Amino acid sequence: MEHQSHITLPKGSIEKTTTTLNIGPTHPATHGVFQNIMEVDGERVVSTEQTVGYIHRAFEKLAERRPLYQITPITDRLNYCSSPINNMGWHITCERFLKIELPKRVDYLRVIIMELARISDHLICNSIVGVDTGAYTGFLYVMQYRELIYEIYEEVCGSRLTTNIGRIGGFERNFTNTAFTKLEKFLNEYPKVLKEFESLFARNRIFMERTKGTGGISAERAMNYGFTGPNLRAAGVDYDVRVQQAYSSYQDFDFKVPVGTTGDNYDRFLVRNAEMYESISIIKQAYQKIQNFKGAEAEVYHADVPEYYLPKKEDVYTKMEALIWHFKIIMGEIDLPKGQIYSAVEGGNGELGFYLISDGGRTPFRLHFRRPCFIYYQAFEELIKGGMLSDAVVTMSSLNLIAGELDA
Amino acid sequence: MALSNEIIQNKLIEKFGEQVLNFSTASGILSFESSKEINLKVLQFLYEEPSLGFTFLTDLCGVNYPDNIGAELVVVYHLHNFSENIRLRYSISTAVNETAVFTASKLFESANWMERETYDFFGINFVGHPNLKRILNVDEMDYFPLRKQYPLEDQTRIDKDDEMFGRG
Repeated sequence: MEHQSHITLPKGSIEKTTTTLNIGPTHPATHGVFQNIMEVDGERVVSTEQTVGYIHRAFEKLAERRPLYQITPITDRLNYCSSPINNMGWHITCERFLKIELPKRVDYLRVIIMELARISDHLICNSIVGVDTGAYTGFLYVMQYRELIYEIYEEVCGSRLTTNIGRIGGFERNFTNTAFTKLEKFLNEYPKVLKEFESLFARNRIFMERTKGTGGISAERAMNYGFTGPNLRAAGVDYDVRVQQAYSSYQDFDFKVPVGTTGDNYDRFLVRNAEMYESISIIKQAYQKIQNFKGAEAEVYHADVPEYYLPKKEDVYTKMEALIWHFKIIMGEIDLPKGQIYSAVEGGNGELGFYLISDGGRTPFRLHFRRPCFIYYQAFEELIKGGMLSDAVVTMSSLNLIAGELDA
Repeated sequence: MALSNEIIQNKLIEKFGEQVLNFSTASGILSFESSKEINLKVLQFLYEEPSLGFTFLTDLCGVNYPDNIGAELVVVYHLHNFSENIRLRYSISTAVNETAVFTASKLFESANWMERETYDFFGINFVGHPNLKRILNVDEMDYFPLRKQYPLEDQTRIDKDDEMFGRG
């Protein structure tokens, strides 16, 4: 008698020699909401298909009905590990478009915040690589120092994660002495911790064997795949927007652009680590330059652009004119000039670009965000194909994929 | 010899004659257009000509100009030459009822998802694309949301009409 099965298997599933494995949409390995449908043969990855879009919020559509200031909070939510870079990238785009010149002190203050954001971004990424290779300690330990960075943000703008920091033309308020004290504390304490963090991993045999030679890519392929940021530099291309198209007076600073050779997980880790040292050095230089300002110059924290820079809060509460301007600026009742601009900054994980088209209305006609990790995530299949499943997990975290930026 | 916008413009005109047009420079970036039929030839020339070397596709996105009849949809390519550190903007346009455009994904792997995104939001049909399906929106969606004909807000609201945003 023929055996009757209760389960009807899909056609072709008996002959199939590989297993389909879902990683995500929510999975400890994805560190965000995105999905990988992998075909695995034992523990080898045969193919994978990445699915993104789970937290798509239609930012580009939203931006078409929002005046400039209402777009800043949207940019917070792209790469939320380094929101200040996104905010300032957007403000820099607006300033370039509106041809606003900034005082040097504002540029240097921005550089401090942006480099702090870069450190916190790289810190998360590198320590997560540690977690995925089985070393939780580093992650837990460095969180204390990210907290110091967040305290500085808090002192400057009042919030921690989605910062909405700064204004077109500068900052909403001057840095307080407390902010500088906190910055000094960070600059004193952090380099030692970073050294310690590095010595936990960089020559650790287990870590090296897990990361060396996995998820590698050649410089040529990386460029073809549109890699930017630390991932491209790890493959050996010394492209850094801070150097190539200096913004916010980065040309005044002396720093190295670390590069790797093989573009594998280990190189990405090392490049990010080396960049954190460079960031510390840039912050120190910027802080030194800020201390050199004397007299009235030492108090400047915004450019003189009354059409776009919000009036003082005290004035808004007490003076009619200031209240009107506050309203006009927030509601965007000033027409933008016609034209288009592409402006990029070096974000935490690559070139973050803003392509703004204005038709002379009060809101952008079209705003496109060039989101670095959306572009390089395409290469994931090529990076992990034929490798072990556990290496794929490490590759995923060392690419620094942020779901908010993937989906926009 | 350092590459400059004039040299690029001259080389393009030398190669394509009157097929490349509307050269302009905004914020230091040279922009130009061509008909959509020769987009791959232009991109390949920019990529392979040693003196140009635009081997990096920074960005690819769509734009919708509903008032340009016959050229409602535009695809914008931002290219970058790393060694000369020069950017270039190239755009092609297509009619909203005839959206076929050749894919650049054979030349740049990075164009793959960016074209899928452009298809997803504007409905531009990239001919020859290996996997042209929606990427950020749900597969069941039956419209292309970034086209201007789909308004963002509820149209029954009268407190947020276009007049308030400077284009009544």
